[in-house]
Amino acid sequence: MAILVNSDTRLLIQGITGSFGARHAQLSLDYGTQVVAGVTPGKGGQRFANTVPIFDTVGSAVKETGATVSVIFVPPPFAADAILEGVEAGLDLVVCITEGIPVNDMVKVKHAMRGSKTRLIGPNCPGIVTPGTGPDSTGGCRIGIAPGYIHRRGNIGVVSRSGTLTYEAVWQLTTRGYGQSTCVGIGGDPVNGTSHRDVLEMFNNDPETEAIIMIGEIGGTGEEEAAAWAKEHCRKPIAAFIAGATAPPGRRMGHAGAIVSGGKGTAAAKIAAMEEAGIAVSPTPAEMAQTLLNILKK
Amino acid sequence: MNIHEYQARELFAEFNVATQPGRVAFTPEEAHKIAADLGGKIVVKAQIHAGGRGKGTFESGFKGGVHLCDTPKEASDLAAQMLGQVLVTHQTGPVGKEVSKVFVGEAVDITRELYVAILIDRATSAPVVIASTEGGVDIEAVAEESPEKILRVLIDPTLGLMPFQTRDIAIALGLTGPLLNQTSKLLTNLYRLFLERDCSMVEINPLVVTSTGKVLALDAKFNFDDNALYRQPSIVAMRDVTEEDPREVEASKSDLNYIGLDGNIACLVNGAGLAMATMDIIQYAGGSPANFLDVGGGASREQVTAAFKIILADPKVEGILVNIFGGIMDCNIIATGIVEAARETALSIPLVVRLEGNNVAAGKKTLAESGLPLISGEDILDAANKIVAAVKATA
Repeated sequence: MAILVNSDTRLLIQGITGSFGARHAQLSLDYGTQVVAGVTPGKGGQRFANTVPIFDTVGSAVKETGATVSVIFVPPPFAADAILEGVEAGLDLVVCITEGIPVNDMVKVKHAMRGSKTRLIGPNCPGIVTPGTGPDSTGGCRIGIAPGYIHRRGNIGVVSRSGTLTYEAVWQLTTRGYGQSTCVGIGGDPVNGTSHRDVLEMFNNDPETEAIIMIGEIGGTGEEEAAAWAKEHCRKPIAAFIAGATAPPGRRMGHAGAIVSGGKGTAAAKIAAMEEAGIAVSPTPAEMAQTLLNILKK
Repeated sequence: MNIHEYQARELFAEFNVATQPGRVAFTPEEAHKIAADLGGKIVVKAQIHAGGRGKGTFESGFKGGVHLCDTPKEASDLAAQMLGQVLVTHQTGPVGKEVSKVFVGEAVDITRELYVAILIDRATSAPVVIASTEGGVDIEAVAEESPEKILRVLIDPTLGLMPFQTRDIAIALGLTGPLLNQTSKLLTNLYRLFLERDCSMVEINPLVVTSTGKVLALDAKFNFDDNALYRQPSIVAMRDVTEEDPREVEASKSDLNYIGLDGNIACLVNGAGLAMATMDIIQYAGGSPANFLDVGGGASREQVTAAFKIILADPKVEGILVNIFGGIMDCNIIATGIVEAARETALSIPLVVRLEGNNVAAGKKTLAESGLPLISGEDILDAANKIVAAVKATA
């Protein structure tokens, strides 16, 4: 039912007392997410919002509260360490929001994580939302920085590298009466924990997800790999949008991973791969939901 | 972040990556002194952040940004022809770049030209050495036409580049006998540089073998991981803002993520993906995007005003499209910021605003009641169509 997280998920927040972490911890609590612990070294023993216990370490937070998922709001110089602390504590899932982690740090993190049971999502991502059934979709699980109210419980899976483009797609769906099973932001960095292909596979195996919107951008070959996988294995209809057709080559377009390098990673190549795989491609960001709905009606 | 060839040589010197002796000169007199110190045949190379210097032409008519000579006097004469002049190459575009420094080095007698680079391979999330016997040419063409001539060696991030791997690479490049250990050492030091200076790419093209049996890095291109600059003060110190787009230099002072393009319709957006998509849709609607601009999570009045000022400083801009999805940010706060920025900059070109999200009704009301001739877009496509039409109407 949905993927990765749901209303039962017990979440801990690394960096809960920083201004960024605190703000989104409160919004997640307001949404009905089960925020069971926070971790800020040196502030163990205090409480966040008078309810959430704060610990010095992820290990002690997990031991005391049974949290299985962490979200990281820790600044770039310390974020790789925070991820590995979560892995060491045996979490099922670590979602790293932090933008600006040095690539070399992420190369080491990914290498160190091989074989561990922990899945990493991000870094440089908006997080994950599994919408609830309350007003404005409250009662679900909101991990990260997405606005909760735009969501609606339903059957469309959304996976994206971009934050605000995700919100656009989600809002287009919600306002047309179509809800979402889970929305996953995999983030804009070149080296990250989870790919488009990984999430497509999860949606494919999720009984609640009936169709998928996939949002990509220039840089790397993740979308092409996802398209190739989908062609062979995905039983559910997919609509996609790829941003960056007008991006100049060799420039990093905001996201560290959004760069056309040595002629590789262009929007045109990704769109061609999508179409080759039978994935419907929206020509503009305004038509993402409509593109999916058009193929659903067939 | 890019650096000049002479700065790349400084890095090579620091990390003991063998390169041709020489130094940078800012005046013909300095060029003379360096040439005299080096003795022998000399090469003088214009220092700009662009390739194709050898075949380029100066605006003065002087041909070539790379010259050989035999005496210190000739070296200083060549420097005088280059310094303060604008060099146009196929990579600079017709505008060219002004040359303010030249590299004066020992000319080398080249017997072989090879290629070696280290970068992060995205598919495997690991560093990789790319090497080829085809140096001194465009490596992308080699990859296209003779992919079998490109060697890729993946590096284990925990172990680093192992000595045996460097020897395999040397042998694959035909660098055997007395060249083997030199090459092995060069590659080992190159990887150390790559790692310790947080490079995203270092490319040596060409890596040369000289007639005196030396293996040298003759030219190098570096890209540094912007995310790591906070811990690389010596690299940050190498930044040459005169080589960067002045609009982008200005934008970075206000913490705005801005990339200048060539078109006439500017955009201001929150979120990198949405910003790219907005550039795309401007083109889709028949316009030409003037920039990429991500204001991120903070579309405050100050940021929007700073952004408008940078946009308006570009004489090519004839219209502005603001596209904001207010997720957590209140659309009315954003709308107020836009109105105040438009007033403060005395905005007189068409402005289309598309707002969506939190408190959007109040935001749209603020825009409508502002008394400013701004246009509201219903959705992203409608907004793009409207700005393209408005700019055409004022043409």
